[in-house]
Formats: sequence, structure tokens, C-alpha cells
Amino acid sequence: MNFFWEARKVILLSVLIYLSVKAIFFFGYVSQYIEQITLYALIVILASLGLNVIYGYTGQFSLGHAAFYGIGAYVSAYLTKIFSIENIFAYIPILFISGAAAGLIGYLIGIPILRLRDDFLAIATLGFGTLVRVLLDNSDKFSEVFGGSRGFVGIPRLTTFELAFVIVIFLILITHNLIYSRYGLFWRCIKNDELASASIGINTFSMKLMAFTYGCFLAGIGGALYANLYTFLHPSNFDILKSIDFLIIVIVGGMGSIAGTIYAGLIWVGFIEGLRIVLPAEVVDLRWVFIPLLLIALMMWKPYGLMTKSRN
Amino acid sequence: MNALEVEGLEKSFGGVKAVDGISFVVEEGKTVGIIGPNGAGKTTVFNLITGFYRVDRGRILFYGKNITRTQPYKLPHLGIARTFQNLRLFSNLSVFENVLSAILKKDGYNVVSSVFRTADYFMKEGKAEKKARELIEFFQLSGKENYPANNLPYGEQRRLEIARALALQPKILLVDEPGAGMNPREVQDLLQTLREVKERFSLSIVIIEHQMGLVMNISDKVVVMDFGEKIMEGTPGEVKKDKRVIEAYLGEEFI
Repeated sequence: MNFFWEARKVILLSVLIYLSVKAIFFFGYVSQYIEQITLYALIVILASLGLNVIYGYTGQFSLGHAAFYGIGAYVSAYLTKIFSIENIFAYIPILFISGAAAGLIGYLIGIPILRLRDDFLAIATLGFGTLVRVLLDNSDKFSEVFGGSRGFVGIPRLTTFELAFVIVIFLILITHNLIYSRYGLFWRCIKNDELASASIGINTFSMKLMAFTYGCFLAGIGGALYANLYTFLHPSNFDILKSIDFLIIVIVGGMGSIAGTIYAGLIWVGFIEGLRIVLPAEVVDLRWVFIPLLLIALMMWKPYGLMTKSRN
Repeated sequence: MNALEVEGLEKSFGGVKAVDGISFVVEEGKTVGIIGPNGAGKTTVFNLITGFYRVDRGRILFYGKNITRTQPYKLPHLGIARTFQNLRLFSNLSVFENVLSAILKKDGYNVVSSVFRTADYFMKEGKAEKKARELIEFFQLSGKENYPANNLPYGEQRRLEIARALALQPKILLVDEPGAGMNPREVQDLLQTLREVKERFSLSIVIIEHQMGLVMNISDKVVVMDFGEKIMEGTPGEVKKDKRVIEAYLGEEFI
């Protein structure tokens, strides 16, 4: 099939990465904790990639990305818990259902708010993010299972390294194919100039909606993998600060660069968690001083992100 | 056959009547120039025809089909393409992508083909790329395919915008002040390009222009506007001699 033939290099590279990571895990060079962090990095990359489609490629600024990540997480947590899913093959459809749920809500909310531009859109998405956070805080009023502000407990642990790795690589490939097709081109046209896009016949609204829905879908899958990795969810994991994390990863990596998002996601998770290990106990709380300093330095050194697109 | 018929077009902004009952006809294959002093409402007429402004009153017919108040993005599919007064290229996209986007909009494949890279994807992409190269060559931009559009000199950006519009294979091309901000040499080049376009693509052209020389040289018919109204219409020769036109351009005392 063309899909696999076209992606042969990425697939080969992924297999190599997979084997080396597996070897490191197998020979016990790293703790369980590091394994968990590696998985988390994959999840963060996936959700950030969603935001990169929305913001980096299509230019639609969103401050509510974590809300869709949260929707995916809660849907998956709910479904896997009430059906007591243990089998990984039963889990895969639930993953995609969770992604679809986040995508559907993204679609519905996108219909009114994607008519807005720039700062107005930022405010609207921020509002939606807050709305979801408050709903999650009060979710125990709908069903006890959700746990409301006490958090969602007892979620089956189903996210394995193999599953997360295969899903993330597969979705990166699909995203790549979308970006390097006429749809990706139209998204970039819209980011450049909406009026000009309309003048060549692009239905800018429906293309923006498509990018937004797809980006939310990716966030939803990321959230689902997260829920079944940590087995515990709390509404505070899905607030504006989390949205800003994704935003930072997209900007640090380079707007409109898939590779950039992957590197930045690894660096971001590696750095935050790495500092926890490296720093002596007395100053570990000060890591939120070092991280912003690093961000400032990075933005001065590479204002367009790590992977600015080469201009040939 | 009339490619475009505009009947009694009106548009107000607040209390100002920007366009006040304009009517004209563009016959198939002909070039019509719209001239007039600053603020005469020329660009507003374009924005009304292409759906960027909402028509207050009047009708626009395209090959007999009523296209009044059609959304802008639908018009290229019918065969109407335009350029903008203040250049609207996809400035961070390459020259090649600027042209390719229009071709792929016109003749594309679906999402499934994109994701799974079906035969249709490769066929359409291949065709589009070939066509894009032809257009780029025709507009003498070869060798600059990979330049970001905003790195081109001004005159070449103008040509690229026309190339992008023609990539839609329109039946009618609306060109808004192509000579704006150009030096006389660039205007001469542009004039030559437009003539070649007319010959090769056999389409109707409506051109708004400030620079009389450019319009007079290329138009079959000229519509003169002033204060939102049409003050006369005729061949370039008639227009040049008309008292009202000289008055609008130079003031009464020059008559």
C-alpha cells in the first residue's frame, strides 16, 4: 500500500528507536519512573501536534487545547472503567472513540468561535477551556464515577509503551500526509491571508473547522492515553496552564514543523522531569525559575523555534 | 455573449454612496478598463462583483447566471478570478506553492486520498505540479519557484498574483490596479504580459487602472467612473477626447 511505502523511512526509523528504547528499558538502565516519563512525552507530543495543526499551520490561536485533551481523558477513563476493559484490543476502539468525542466537541464549538479572529479567538478558546475545567470540577453531580474535584480514580492501566508508540507514530504519519497534501497547503494559505484564500476558492471557514476538529481529535487521543497511563485524573491537569504547556511546545519547536513539535515535546518533558532528578532537593522547587529563564534564552536565540523551515 | 453584466449596482458605507447605480457589460473575450480618479468607487465595484462586499441594490450576471451576493469562495469555481490592489500573495509560501494552491483547489483529490496516498493523489499532484511549472515559466518566474513570495521584487509579485489567478482557469479575470506602485519600465512589462495573457488564455478581462496609458493600450472599451457613478463609456479613443473625463481628472478649468 502506498501509505506504508511512502512512510518506509519513518517506519524504519521508528523501529530502530523502538528497539533501542526497549533495550534500555530491558537492561534496567533506567527506573520505572523514567519509563513512565517516556510514555508521557509521547502523549504530550501527540496533543501538541494537534495544536500545531490548529495554530502552527492554520494560524488559529487556541488557549483551550487542554480542554480537548481533558475531554479525551475523561471519556476514555469513563468507558474503560464502566466496561472494565482489560484487553488492549478492546482498548484501541475506545481510544479512537475518545479522540472522536474530543473532535466532535471541537467541531461543535468551532462552528461559532472560528468566525472570530486572533485575540477574539484566544479569548473564546480561553473561555471554553475554563468552562470545561469547571464542568469537570463538578462532574460528580452527573455521575459519581467522575469524582468531580476529588478526581477520577481507579482507571484501568492500559497504556503500554508499544501501544502508545504505535498509535503516536501512526497519527504522526497521518498528520504528515494531511499537511503535505492540498489540505495542508490550504491551511497554510489561510494562515497567510484569508481573503486571498477565499479569492482562489478556498472555503476558509470549513478548512479552519477541519483543522480545528482534527487538532482536537489528536488532543483527545493524547488525553485518553494519559488517563489509562496514570490511572488517576484531576480537573487541574486540564486547565489553562496545561494549554500553555502545549502552546510553548508548539512555539519552541517551531510553528508549522512536525519534527519541531517532536523535539520540543521531548525536551519539555525531559527538562521538567529531568530537573526534578538532577537538582538537589533544596532547590527542586526552584526549577520553575530555571525553565522560564531557559525559555527566554531560547526565544532570543531562535525566535521562530528550533526547527524553522529551511528556505532552500 | 455577455460574460459579465452589471446592472444598477449600489453600495453605501454609512452615509456615503460609494457606488451609485453602475451598469456595464463585458462581452466575452473583450477587455474592459475601468478608470476614474481616487475614491471614484472602482475597487468597490470589484469587491461587489467578487462578493467581498454585500450588494445593496442591483444585479450581477455571469454568463446569464445571477451571482449577486454569492460568497467569494464560490466564484472561482464558476470561472471568476481576481487580483487585489494591495497585492495579496501567500507571502510566506513559495512562488511554486502560491500557484499550486490555486490549481489544486480547482482540480483536487479528497481527504482519503491525502491520508492514504492513493493513485489519485499522485496523479493529481503530478498534473498540478506540471501545470504550475508551465504557468511559472509563462510569467518568467522560472528559477524562483522556491523563493518565498515576499522575497520577489514588486513587479514579479504582481505577475505572480496574476499567475495564481490564471491557475484557476477563469473565464473572466478581474485585475485591480496592476500598475500601482510600479515604475514605468515595470508597467511596460506588465502591459506586455497582459497582452500575452489575453492571446494565450482567451478570456475576458476587466481591469481597474489609474495609469491611463496602460488602460488605453489594452482595453476594447473603457468605463469612466467619478463619485460612484459612471460618467461615460466608450472606446479608448472616444474616452480620451471626452470633456467630462478631462474634467473629472484634471478639473474644470482645463477644459
